[in-house]
Amino acid sequence: MQLARVIGDVVTTRKDPALIGLTLLIVQPLTPDHQPIGRAVIAADTVGAGVGEEVFFVRGKEASFPFFPAEVPVDAGIVGIIDYWTVDAPRP
Amino acid sequence: MILAKVVGTVVATRKDPRLVSQKLLVARPLDPRGKPEGHYLVAVDTVDAGFGDMVLIVNGSSARMAAGLKDCPVDAAIVGVVDTVELDE
Repeated sequence: MQLARVIGDVVTTRKDPALIGLTLLIVQPLTPDHQPIGRAVIAADTVGAGVGEEVFFVRGKEASFPFFPAEVPVDAGIVGIIDYWTVDAPRP
Repeated sequence: MILAKVVGTVVATRKDPRLVSQKLLVARPLDPRGKPEGHYLVAVDTVDAGFGDMVLIVNGSSARMAAGLKDCPVDAAIVGVVDTVELDE
């Protein structure tokens, strides 16, 4: 799973029937010190996240597991909204 | 999933039997601002997208979960045509 910030959303009308009703959000992966890193991706939201929130998301086929037994064609899914995180400073 | 722009089509006569009658499109990945990024890719179209459309592409084994692609040897599928992208910056 990866840390990320929700930076936007995507609206589609013509889509796979299994995607109907899903919220699609744009997530920007973050470093532990809250800096953007890497490419933004579109993730399905399963927890009610909103734009501006910090979340963690899962990549790959596992992203569709929250919808089980439905087979939903998603490869990234937000599975948690983060309250806060802490990271130890590297040892000298 | 990623955003991409449809920039072409692929025609293949000799191919895996499970790809027969599937529509293959060439897509250029875009960042959320609409700027091209990364490498071109070939994706199976399941939503009747067209040339120039901004689309939603699902990658990896999840692509097989798109409608009509069960057990097909594909790793990228177009699963939506994008109407709008909203960015908060």
